[in-house]
Amino acid sequence: MEIFTRHKRFWLVAPAVIYIGFFMGLPLVQMAYVSILERGANGGVNWGSFSFDSYISFIFERDLMDNLMVNTDYLQIFLRSFGLSALTTVLALILGFPTAFYIAMQPQKRRNMFIFLVTIPFWTNILVRNYAWMLLLRNGGLIDHFLASVGIQTGGLDILYTPYAVSIGLTYTYLPFMVLPIYASLEKLDHRLIEAAFDLGANKRKAMTRIILPLATPGIVAGAILVFIPCLGAYVTPELLGGGKFMMISNLIGSQFGAARNWPFGSALGFVLLAMVLLAMLVYSLKFKKLPEDAS
Amino acid sequence: MKIDRANPLWRFHGITPMAIFFFAYLYLPIIVLLVLSFNENRLATIWTGFSTKWYSVVLGNDDMLRSAKNSLIIALSSTIIATIAATLAAMGMARGRFRGEGGVAAMLTLPLLVPEIVTAIATLLFFIVIGVKLGLLSIIIAHTVFCIPFAYLPIRARLDGMDPALIEAANDLYANEWQAFKRITFPLLWPGILSGAMLSFIISLDDFVISYFVGGAGSTTLPIYIFGMIRIGITPEVNAISALMLIISIVFVSISFLIDRVRY
Repeated sequence: MEIFTRHKRFWLVAPAVIYIGFFMGLPLVQMAYVSILERGANGGVNWGSFSFDSYISFIFERDLMDNLMVNTDYLQIFLRSFGLSALTTVLALILGFPTAFYIAMQPQKRRNMFIFLVTIPFWTNILVRNYAWMLLLRNGGLIDHFLASVGIQTGGLDILYTPYAVSIGLTYTYLPFMVLPIYASLEKLDHRLIEAAFDLGANKRKAMTRIILPLATPGIVAGAILVFIPCLGAYVTPELLGGGKFMMISNLIGSQFGAARNWPFGSALGFVLLAMVLLAMLVYSLKFKKLPEDAS
Repeated sequence: MKIDRANPLWRFHGITPMAIFFFAYLYLPIIVLLVLSFNENRLATIWTGFSTKWYSVVLGNDDMLRSAKNSLIIALSSTIIATIAATLAAMGMARGRFRGEGGVAAMLTLPLLVPEIVTAIATLLFFIVIGVKLGLLSIIIAHTVFCIPFAYLPIRARLDGMDPALIEAANDLYANEWQAFKRITFPLLWPGILSGAMLSFIISLDDFVISYFVGGAGSTTLPIYIFGMIRIGITPEVNAISALMLIISIVFVSISFLIDRVRY
């Protein structure tokens, strides 16, 4: 029994789909189009004159003689973004897995409370979260004071506005995305399964690698993607905790629409970032989403 | 303390300390910020005494109030539009399959997948080309896009958990579609709708990146204002205003989750 007929469903779904299609789908298509246009003389673009300069200038730059020279500045920003995102994913896994396991082993009532506690920071303002870390990390900040009071004189921690600070902030920002899917995959784990492993002579390591980890794998993969992808597009954290000195992809894209005024290049970078994200999601959904069905 | 041997945690000694460390890491910055916002000292990080004076300073700041007003207008408008569109879409999508369902579902979650900066610059370019003036309106339009999925998901979840027999019964008793919606679906659905609306409200209120790019001179939102303040430096005013934002978010999300737990 359906609530509505097919014909009516179409009209129910239409407003949301048309709205998103018009104000997000179209802009994305247009962005891809702008990325292959020529840059205008004073910012903007020359509509109708095509050029692959944006994609070429990602790796090469033209010198005064109009020869192409390799320029690794942008490549470095991409590599840094990948490196920081990978590091963040690993840190989030190290912190997130034990926590998800811990929560999954709690009685039902307490689990919901813990899950709620994990999600709360996600709903708070990202600027505020990062600002809180500035308070902690800066020279003369709380961590500095604490270290001094236990007798470790640092003479200034000098960690704010470094990649370390960015990494700490990114891990903090995206940690909940790691815990939730791992928790979801461990939630149904039967305690007796682990007991059985010990009864059969497994040690802790064996029980972990043979029973718990395999069951947690789908959650770990989902968590890794959910942390890595948004991390790659992080804008606020490198801006605040990196002090704008350690650009990631998003900051580079943003700057093309600010001071640099190179819309085609910014669009090309945006398109590359979008393509990477959608590709990762596609691979994930093809490779992992099907697994439970195949197994059953 | 008695060891619960039915719980495998007693075997893995490292797990509990890691979980404790995790929650400390998660909440330490929030607690520190809240505590320091009540510090009377001008130097924002050294505790000298309790005071609420920075809250009065911030709440008496006209620029701050103006940006807060902008944020409220934007969040309210985009929440209302997004919640209506999301409620309709959720009812269209719930139960029964139709051709193109997968595509529609993908479209409804697209705003969650696209990196914020990409949405921001693509929308900015689009507005420039079609001639939408950058200001409150452009931000409302852009916020509505990403508010739709946040409103849609809880409403859809609520609908999926509803007993289809109720609608069947209403139909058997000769209720027309509108009567069935008014008497059966809506009374059961409203916690989902309210919870979705509150989530989109908070997501809109907190958004920085998209507002920053698609906004104009007169449309400074609270997060943009805070960003400007942080850029200048760490001050007790920023502590107080950040703490306020933090409290608003936490209260809203808590209420939203409580509403969502109202039974069918």
